[in-house]
Amino acid sequence: MRYLPQTENSRKAMLDTCGYEEVNDLYRDVPKQAFVNGLVDLPLHKGELEVERYMGAYANENRAAVDGPFFLGAGTYYHHIPSSVDYIIQRSEFLTAYTPYQPEIAQGTLQAIFEYQTFIAQLTGQDIANASLYDGATAMTEAALMALRVTKRKKIVLGNAVHPDYKSVLDSYMWNFDGEIEIGQGQIDDQTACVIVQSPDFYGQPHKYDALRQQCDENGALLVVVVNEIVSLGILEPPEVADIVCGEAQSIGLPMSYGGPHLGFFACKEKYMRQMPGRLCGMTEDADGKRGFVLTLSTREQHIRRDKATSNICTNQGLCALAFTVHMSLLGEDGFKRLARLNHEAACRLADALEAVNGVKLENQTFFNEFVVCLPKEASSVAQALSDKGVIAGLALDNNRLLVAATEMTTDADIAAFAKVLSEVL
Amino acid sequence: MAEMKYTKDHECVYVDGDVVWVGITDYAREALGDLVYVELPEIGKSLTKGDDFAVVESVKTAAEVYSPVDGDVIEANDNMPDDLELITKPLNDGGWIAKIKMSDTAQLDDLMDESAYKEYVENLD
Amino acid sequence: MSAEKNSQQSAIELTQHDMTDGNIGLHYEENLLWEKERADHPGVDLPEPQNLALRTGGKPRGDIGLPQVSEPQALRHFVRMSTWNYSIDHGFFPLGSCTMKHNPRLNEKLARLPGFAHIHPMQDESTVQGALAVMHDLQHWLAELTNLPGVCLSPAAGAHGELAGMMTIRRAHEQKGENKKRRIVLTPDSAHGTNPATATTCGYEVRNMPTKENGMLTVAAFKEALYKTDPDGADIAAMMVTNPNTCGLFEKDMVEIADLLHEAGAYFYCDGANFNALVGKVRPGDFGVDVMHINLHKTFSTPHGGGGPGSGPICCTEELAKYMPVPTVIKQGDVYKLETEGDRPETLGRLKGYHGQFGMHVRALSYMLSHGADGLQRVSEDAVLNANYILASLKDDYHAPFAHQGPCMHEALLTDKIQKENGVTTLDIAKALVEHGFHPMTVYFPIHIAGTMLIEPTETESKDSIDRFITVMKDIANGAKAGKADEFHSYPQSTPRKRLDEVKAARQPVLRWR
Repeated sequence: MRYLPQTENSRKAMLDTCGYEEVNDLYRDVPKQAFVNGLVDLPLHKGELEVERYMGAYANENRAAVDGPFFLGAGTYYHHIPSSVDYIIQRSEFLTAYTPYQPEIAQGTLQAIFEYQTFIAQLTGQDIANASLYDGATAMTEAALMALRVTKRKKIVLGNAVHPDYKSVLDSYMWNFDGEIEIGQGQIDDQTACVIVQSPDFYGQPHKYDALRQQCDENGALLVVVVNEIVSLGILEPPEVADIVCGEAQSIGLPMSYGGPHLGFFACKEKYMRQMPGRLCGMTEDADGKRGFVLTLSTREQHIRRDKATSNICTNQGLCALAFTVHMSLLGEDGFKRLARLNHEAACRLADALEAVNGVKLENQTFFNEFVVCLPKEASSVAQALSDKGVIAGLALDNNRLLVAATEMTTDADIAAFAKVLSEVL
Repeated sequence: MAEMKYTKDHECVYVDGDVVWVGITDYAREALGDLVYVELPEIGKSLTKGDDFAVVESVKTAAEVYSPVDGDVIEANDNMPDDLELITKPLNDGGWIAKIKMSDTAQLDDLMDESAYKEYVENLD
Repeated sequence: MSAEKNSQQSAIELTQHDMTDGNIGLHYEENLLWEKERADHPGVDLPEPQNLALRTGGKPRGDIGLPQVSEPQALRHFVRMSTWNYSIDHGFFPLGSCTMKHNPRLNEKLARLPGFAHIHPMQDESTVQGALAVMHDLQHWLAELTNLPGVCLSPAAGAHGELAGMMTIRRAHEQKGENKKRRIVLTPDSAHGTNPATATTCGYEVRNMPTKENGMLTVAAFKEALYKTDPDGADIAAMMVTNPNTCGLFEKDMVEIADLLHEAGAYFYCDGANFNALVGKVRPGDFGVDVMHINLHKTFSTPHGGGGPGSGPICCTEELAKYMPVPTVIKQGDVYKLETEGDRPETLGRLKGYHGQFGMHVRALSYMLSHGADGLQRVSEDAVLNANYILASLKDDYHAPFAHQGPCMHEALLTDKIQKENGVTTLDIAKALVEHGFHPMTVYFPIHIAGTMLIEPTETESKDSIDRFITVMKDIANGAKAGKADEFHSYPQSTPRKRLDEVKAARQPVLRWR
């Protein structure tokens, strides 16, 4: 009851003003059959301490990344978050604000979005970026939908191994078109709306885009590049040649949090500005000519275009985008690049250590911070055995393949423990 | 002076033989407020009376522009997106959005003339 | 040398944006990160790399053009920007249909427990039983509060939940072989913009139903829409209705309408944006709803965060549960398990990576546990009482189109009809509220009535706080009556920025720093 400020006296006075006897009179239009007599069948209110105990017990049942060696990636990565990030995003003014529809009293949120959009555009080598989308999977799907709108074509080509969840989400959305949209791995032709490639791909392999760009140009298709480890853009060449770059930015500023909330990003060439999904923040002036920011080009959006909107999306991931922006500002140019290099070097050391284990082979020619190793035994049983010995080894793929990641969080001791336990269970 | 016609959706129409030049009326412009963007139709697009073929956008609203007749789009005003003030000009002085070649000129009889439109607008609200 | 050049550049930009003279009292100007002098060291200290040979297959990336500042500069940058925002913790935030209520910090603390924050969505289920238990508990609470037993937590926001719900309906029609003939979705003209946008995303055609003078959907208007193109309504897939509706009224013919809809073989999708009016007091499953989404960031107080992250679980009938997106959490004996495509082949598939906005699930469950069945019922009662008190107090000063009919639910609807005669519009009233230290109500929504102001006080305001708002609203009405239109047009005067030029922003969009 600690969240309810009204007193019995106030309630009575207010009912008097309204001219009603009791609060139930206010529900007179509700049909009897839907009205709850007494209380719903759920526990009664709890104090803060009781809730902490209840939820704390659940938290303690989970094996967290902090509890021991941890090598799972596959689109969600365990990174360090500077303490200032969490401090800033918990400030009331950011945490408990609404979408900045009243720009005069939301300049803080708006300037932060403008900075976020700039960071994303710079990292991806694109002209512009939106104010964020739900996650990498929905961002990729929105990119495909945008390509269908721009080209008025009906075929999507998946150029390589994208994250399986991303593919599933794309399939579900396209099901709404009753089979009109073809999704395949096949050839690019003059019916292709877009080619989607992930880099590094789901198996950790970075890709180059020049050949694909040429094929897209020859056929009038859009090139969509998906990045779900955004830290890789501190060391890999940016996908400047793409028409759309989208993906997942959880790695900067956000905990893994069992898969969400994460941060979908979306960047593209300026010529597609009016076809973009999601919110956009733009620079303008106030009545005195001072620089200020507003949400703009909102006529693309659902609250105005209704059934003609570019997407049904309403919210962005505001606070997650802020966390990203604060973390990026702390990293800066040198820090961001160094972070990328530290990730890569941790992966190089891990690769060397695992390859040294008898029977283990590295599958990747190249990688950023994640790669596949082939084991002499079935991967899922090996991962289970490692888990029992306190090492979360990675993601078991088909047969004997194991997908493993290292980040700046990975210590030499973690790597040594992994290699040692692996040699024991093989 | 060539003939001007009007629709209930506030399109204005300048009739030039079997081609109509289509724009929006002063009433529509005032209702929308300052325009920020005009989306033009593709040349050659085939329209049935009542199809939307262009969009005019202000900060808070986007309005479709509907075709007053059946026909094909033969020209779009490419200058307009860069010079939004053109929309305030008379149709035959740059204020048109698109030119449509009619397939049935008899459909013009369904449209209002200037005095009928004036009366129609006065009775709105 | 380069530092000197940088500082000269910054100096020019500082003057341009009036950086040096803008600070007044506690108001501070703050430029963009890119306009600051590049610091020698970033705001994090990372270990020295070993400079191992790269195995990326390429050369390291060149200059990106990112800014660089120290930690104190970064902190000050964002703290100063934060002071330009209005928030719930500042004051009254009566934004209709958005449910801006108190956000308990306990929920933030619990979501950050390492056992919740630092677990990976692809970990083996045996290592995340506590997380699955949280999701299972939350599913149970939502099922009980809505009396709709099927719950899927994966949608990332309200609009995403709408999509999940409508696709669930679509999947049901497909499985019954009726998808091809059922192509129409009915929505009232008072619907949220997301409703028609969602129906279109699902490939449906939208048919509008006009609401009458009393702000409600009538059986007659519904029937006309239902049978318009098929005498049995056999071409209708679903109806999307918000209840209470966007005028803040409970649709009193809902049960009769839902019965007719079900007879025609279509489903009732309820937009749960206004569930705060009903929680613990009225159960939507009992007034004919087949599927609805719940905005955890509204009713269950996960913070709005300046525009997300939200969370929009869906709740549905037992009949539809098998079609919902995956994953959902089930309990087998003492073991929690994610139910995925393999376990539930009738599913429409997956709409989001992983399992949804889990951090928001933790916060919402913490909030529910704190309130309990008794507290949640009080939430609804106080939210509804507060709105009615505002309506009763302001109905003589402002045009209140539905006040004569009786009580509203959790939000009160006014218009600017009276003030407009003196040249003062809803926009002016909103900006005058800003000038007086309030966040405005929702303006110009719903769109089918001219000049609307939708006021949702929520349950977390005291009478004192609401009385202050009422007083200011009366002052504004009096100011308008006194013919001070020009003064109104100049509001707000005391905010960090005055009225912003949105036309300029849209005509020549500048979406990033260069």
